[in-house]
Amino acid sequence: MAFENNVDVEHPVHDVRTAAIKNFEEKGFPSKKEEAWKYTSLNSLQKIDFSIFPKQENTLEYKDVKRYFLHEIDSYKIVFVDGIYSSYLSETTHDGVDICLMSSALTKPMYKQVIDVYFNKIASKDESLTSLNTAFSREGAYIYIPKNKMPKKPIEILHFSTGNEASLMLQPRNLVVVEENAEVQIIERHQSLTKNEVLTNAVTEIYAAKSAIVDFYKIQNDASTASLIDNTYIDQKDKSVVKVHTFSFGGKLTRNNLNFYQNGEFIDSTMKGVTILGEKQHVDHHTLVHHIEPNCESHQDYKGIYGDSSTGVFNGKIIVDKIAQKTNAFQQNNNILISDKASINTKPQLEIFADDVKCSHGCTIGQLDEDAMFYLRSRGIPEKEARALLMYAFANNVLSSVRIPELKARINKLIAKKLGVNLGFDL
Amino acid sequence: MLKIKNLHASVEDKEILRGINLEVKAGEVHAIMGPNGSGKSTLASVIAGKDEFEVTEGSIELYGEDLEDISPEERAHMGVFLSFQYPVEIPGVSVTNFMKTAINESRKAKGLEDMPAKEMLKLIREKSELLEIDRKFLSRSLNEGFSGGEKKRNEIFQMAMLEPKVAILDETDSGLDIDALRIVANGVNKLKSKDNAVILITHYQRLLEYIVPDFVHVLHNGKIVKSGGKELALELEEKGYDWLKQEATV
Repeated sequence: MAFENNVDVEHPVHDVRTAAIKNFEEKGFPSKKEEAWKYTSLNSLQKIDFSIFPKQENTLEYKDVKRYFLHEIDSYKIVFVDGIYSSYLSETTHDGVDICLMSSALTKPMYKQVIDVYFNKIASKDESLTSLNTAFSREGAYIYIPKNKMPKKPIEILHFSTGNEASLMLQPRNLVVVEENAEVQIIERHQSLTKNEVLTNAVTEIYAAKSAIVDFYKIQNDASTASLIDNTYIDQKDKSVVKVHTFSFGGKLTRNNLNFYQNGEFIDSTMKGVTILGEKQHVDHHTLVHHIEPNCESHQDYKGIYGDSSTGVFNGKIIVDKIAQKTNAFQQNNNILISDKASINTKPQLEIFADDVKCSHGCTIGQLDEDAMFYLRSRGIPEKEARALLMYAFANNVLSSVRIPELKARINKLIAKKLGVNLGFDL
Repeated sequence: MLKIKNLHASVEDKEILRGINLEVKAGEVHAIMGPNGSGKSTLASVIAGKDEFEVTEGSIELYGEDLEDISPEERAHMGVFLSFQYPVEIPGVSVTNFMKTAINESRKAKGLEDMPAKEMLKLIREKSELLEIDRKFLSRSLNEGFSGGEKKRNEIFQMAMLEPKVAILDETDSGLDIDALRIVANGVNKLKSKDNAVILITHYQRLLEYIVPDFVHVLHNGKIVKSGGKELALELEEKGYDWLKQEATV
């Protein structure tokens, strides 16, 4: 792929991009020889001849894609079609908060101050795929919430691919800055509308200032020919609370690199995930929590249900610096395999240098509890529904912290659909 | 209605039931007593269809139909109910949603539509009042963090909701204080009719003061070694099981 021909040398972040290209060219795509990519191979994706910029502008009608929005509620919408902003489908605002586009934030002087302080600061300069995105991303969501503000409604970021390009590689880049005591709720979704191959290499930087609250929901229920590498970097200051929920129900190959950096005290970081896979789907959750200061907490809870020949990876790294005393770090990864051919590799990685900390981790891989199955069946609930009810119950813990009821209902329905049953009550 | 003939059952090649014969007719209450390890709970589980146990000989018939190849859920649809000695905790599923699912699945099996929501709520209200169950309790996760007594009361609440033909209460009295025992027994008595039957499995005669049995059977070593009327329970309370064990070996 000849990327360098497409670089805009006049661009204000040109230097950042040049450095990023250099890093990517040195390292290339990660291979299975690297420990962090041991269980996820990008080989088959690299064989596809992706075009990195769409040749034409494609449009969509709202009625055709309405179902991918959380249309039950009012929301701000930042929508991209084949990587290009769709003003027709979007609803942005500058009313007290900025909910708009990366392209304008990177070029317009009024955003310069924020861009200078935050753009590409927490994102890795070392990781090759993040560099690839830094070099070639043209578009994404820009969200700036000033001190003490909260947008009136949640923000939806949607990336559609139309399939009008044979195979497309997308590089969306989001920047979310939430100032002191401000709050925001964001839902992000990538959706391919045809069977053409799509590879999305997304980077999101989130900055949560003192006492800020951020809820970020990632819905990964894409077509079986769509692959996603999601690189999310989160910088938290004192007393901020950031929760990231990742719902992985679809796609061909999904890799989530979720990185939390606790640059302050009394911080709460939560990562939760529900993964339900079938066919030959693959999801790899790589989390990192770096406890840099004392008195902070992190909570990780990932549940996985794997059927058919699907494969999963959970790699949860927790680093507790020597100075980060009184850290509470919890990590839980529970998996149910419902097929002999499905597999999961789960690995906690704890690097603890402080002595006064509470860290716990646990991972389980199992089948459904036979006693529970008999109990449900003895009440007249057929085997298939009993299984679904137990799996639903298994995933439910993760949903209890979803704070948008309509989203929770939507996820519940997706879970029921994914498990192939209609439960006898309203989820 | 329920006929058990020469029933033998094993778990992992270990024979636990060694030839049980029992006939339960509509309108009857049978008590099955016996020392620990005599096979009481196994009998209850085998009737309900737990596949951990293998029936090696004999048969169970309900309304003349052999239950051998009938799944636990189908047995439930036919009217079998087991009140568990140790109800399983199901986090994430509320008591109400569980009951809605159970009732509507049974209706589906009978070719009926889902029960209308209003009717369901009315039924839940009626039955929870019968067992003096707090409304808040019904939105809690099934059995999760329930006390022993709450679990048992919840089992009988489920029985009241499902209105079975044959209810097997496996040590429903254990873990209940006297007030809870009275509430549970009162509930069972109200649900009793000439069309259904109750099998009480218990260690103690205490429960039988509240739910009076028509027949008492003593199970020992996987066999019914003695049957009699309600006075047999009193005799057991007085003399213990040892005399029967000896009688059985002789």
